[in-house]
Amino acid sequence: MSTPSITPEETTVRAELRAWLAAHWQVDRSLVAWRHLLVDSGWGMPHWPREWHGRGLPVALLPAIDAEFEAVGAVGVARIGIRLLAAATLLEHGSDDHKRRFLRRILSGEDTWCQLFSEPGSGSDLAGGTTRAEFDGTRWVVNGQKLWTTSAHHAHWGLLLARTDWDAPKHQGLSFFVIDMHQPGVEVRPLKQMNGYASFNEVFFTDAVVPANNQVANTGDGWKVAMTTLAHERRNADALRRWGHASPHAGRIYDEERAEIATVMEPYRWYPQRAGRVDLALPRARSTGRMADPAVRQELAKLLMLSRASEWLAQRARHAKQSGKPEGPEGSLGKLVASHVARAAAEVHALISGADAMLAGADSPENGMIAEILLSVPATSIAGGTDEIQRNIIGERVLDLPREPRTDAGPFRDIPRNPPRPRG
Amino acid sequence: MHFGYTDEQEQFRGIVARFLRERAPVSAVRAQMASERGHDPALWRGIAGELGLTGVHVPEHLGGQGFGLEELCIAQEEFGRALTCAPFFASTVLATTALLEIADEAEQEALLPALVAGERVGTLAWVEQGGDWSASACAMLATPAADGVRLNGHKHYVIDGLAADRLLVVARTPGSVGNAGLGLYAVEADAAGLVRRGLETIDTTRRQAALVLTDCPARRLGAGRDFTSGFARLMDRATIALAAEMVGGAHALLDAAVDYAKLRMQFGRPIGAFQAIKHKLAEMLLEVELATAAVRYAAAAADANDAETSLLASHAKAMASDASMRAAVEAVQIHGGIGFTWDNDTHLWFKRARSSAVLLGDAALHRERYIALTEAAA
Ligand SMILES: Cc1cc2nc3c(=O)[nH]c(=O)nc-3n(C[C@H](O)[C@H](O)[C@H](O)COP(=O)(O)OP(=O)(O)OC[C@H]3O[C@@H](n4cnc5c(N)ncnc54)[C@H](O)[C@@H]3O)c2cc1C
Repeated sequence: MSTPSITPEETTVRAELRAWLAAHWQVDRSLVAWRHLLVDSGWGMPHWPREWHGRGLPVALLPAIDAEFEAVGAVGVARIGIRLLAAATLLEHGSDDHKRRFLRRILSGEDTWCQLFSEPGSGSDLAGGTTRAEFDGTRWVVNGQKLWTTSAHHAHWGLLLARTDWDAPKHQGLSFFVIDMHQPGVEVRPLKQMNGYASFNEVFFTDAVVPANNQVANTGDGWKVAMTTLAHERRNADALRRWGHASPHAGRIYDEERAEIATVMEPYRWYPQRAGRVDLALPRARSTGRMADPAVRQELAKLLMLSRASEWLAQRARHAKQSGKPEGPEGSLGKLVASHVARAAAEVHALISGADAMLAGADSPENGMIAEILLSVPATSIAGGTDEIQRNIIGERVLDLPREPRTDAGPFRDIPRNPPRPRG
Repeated sequence: MHFGYTDEQEQFRGIVARFLRERAPVSAVRAQMASERGHDPALWRGIAGELGLTGVHVPEHLGGQGFGLEELCIAQEEFGRALTCAPFFASTVLATTALLEIADEAEQEALLPALVAGERVGTLAWVEQGGDWSASACAMLATPAADGVRLNGHKHYVIDGLAADRLLVVARTPGSVGNAGLGLYAVEADAAGLVRRGLETIDTTRRQAALVLTDCPARRLGAGRDFTSGFARLMDRATIALAAEMVGGAHALLDAAVDYAKLRMQFGRPIGAFQAIKHKLAEMLLEVELATAAVRYAAAAADANDAETSLLASHAKAMASDASMRAAVEAVQIHGGIGFTWDNDTHLWFKRARSSAVLLGDAALHRERYIALTEAAA
């Protein structure tokens, strides 16, 4: 819990940025125009390379830079949603042409993106996808289906993982593309969940077209590229929320930012409930009078202890990362413990609410929040990799246990797989 | 005490199961849960008229089939398995049993035939907002009037409270406390001063309502019998019957998860080949079978008027609550993402399990009651 001392570099950078903001920041500018200035100056993504809209500064300076922005209330580049995963992926694997065509409009917020990885037949086994891309001599033709695609209904571009070789082993037969979502061969349908929300989409490809120059990396290298995207997704889960809060200030640029945030964050409205809303447990036990029940006290205590210990565990992981130590087991355990916390919280909420746990909507306690928790928590142990998969990862990568025998080696064509999902 | 069903009971189960498979498949469940009434009157007529289920535990001289709670529970298990949208729990389990256990003989002769014939849908309104399931917590007042009684107060979580047209309401005389002064009252569906409002529920296959009664005319039932012991017998039986429905639902969740684990391929093999899934399903089966054993033992004991019936009702409900919630949570988990979607059927049973786990008292309440009754008997 020590405060790192301020380096001379930080002092210089802060001064430079402060002067730049004083000269350029105006609330009555349009959001897009302002962000183009950020892109041109490199202050929008200061840790990115100089040739690609950055200033090549160390990541460690980002908090200080953010603080300067906050001090004057300046809005940053577009940082929420899948677009930043797209940017990170293209920075690492894209050609100069990709970077030139896509990065600027990602940062300006003019383009939104979605991630087309999960399929009806391949979730845990992400590399088992069967959406196919075939080269017809001039361009790629895509057929198949994706599932769980957040924001597909308003995205301009998609990060697409598709099979290009059916005779290669499954990880080697995949390729990576940037697909234009606004074309006749792409159909997007909302997918309703058990909690009543429709935060995701099904995406159908029927002879959808990808120009040759929208392929990222080499044919057969798609899995490697997708792993980059997923690594950033895992790393930036917190950032998504952090930048998802609209500023309360008045002014044109803030209005435009608020509208952007509302659109991008809409699918995530129920995410706090899916994590179990531990914050509500104690106040509700008190306000309902259920705190007098020894059964409630026991379960509540278990929940609070579990939840707080899991936060400390996460902080240990962050601390290790910041001080450059090798990552311990804390990171992999974090995803699993989140499921335990969510499930325990749902049980505690049901225990506290009693008969009211049967009710929903306006009749449910906390204006529907309790019902939403009870019906959203099941997602936590599935989304982003199921608990069973997390346990396998912990067993094999953290505890170094022998791997289970593989039954999916050899040509992909020969591996047993699921029939296509009927198109409803 | 026998530990298996007789051939007749097995046959009976087969008839109910086949009827529900044919007449109330999940497509019908989805249609009814989205409908305004919440159930299909034609199906209800079939349940009552063709199968006679609405009188299964009613003595023959009152128009019923003269069986016991065991047979009622067989029907309940099948309703739970099929997730049938019908006012069976409200009308047959709650209201009909209430009349049998609490009303006088002449009142039974007057009121039961319409319920047994399925011409009327009954329900029992005893709980009030906050959800204390004991009758002694009842605050609704019954004040004498020239032509009977007037009721004032409110009721909450009334099962099928909108669909019902035979309302049985628990209320107390002014100035009374605890179990003293409690009574059962019949209220006409169109009575002046009765306002009903549908409650929004997580389980839309079983509706609930809130009632507000303001100087509402009512008729006392069972004045010649002891309300407290009758109500206790009613609650024990209703609790066991609900637990039966819950284990039926848990079996359906388990079956669906097992089927899916055999079909769904990941990493080149069915997910049921992974021990994580196999072991989970084995534990689910164990828990569901234990709860089923507890339910069936309790039902048989109730029919034999076993002195342990109350304790066994709590035993059955506590285990059924835990087992059905476990089955629900794990069935969604085994289905993966698809199990979280609306179009997959798992969530329908999940929501019933979630709701039934607290209806008539959650597992913690019944475990507490189990120990209290054990100590009282020692
Ligand atoms: C709310 C929600 C949000 C989501 N958001 C996204 C998103 O933004 N982007 C995206 O791409 N995807 C998203 N998903 C999809 C999610 O990543 C997948 O649902 C998840 O990875 C599981 O895949 P599946 O659904 O195909 O289940 P399956 O992989 O078919 O799993 C079914 C069951 O088998 C088990 N299983 C599978 N393999 C093994 C094994 N080897 N050992 C033991 N058990 C195994 C699983 O644990 C599970 O219980 C989301 C899902 C949900 C529910």
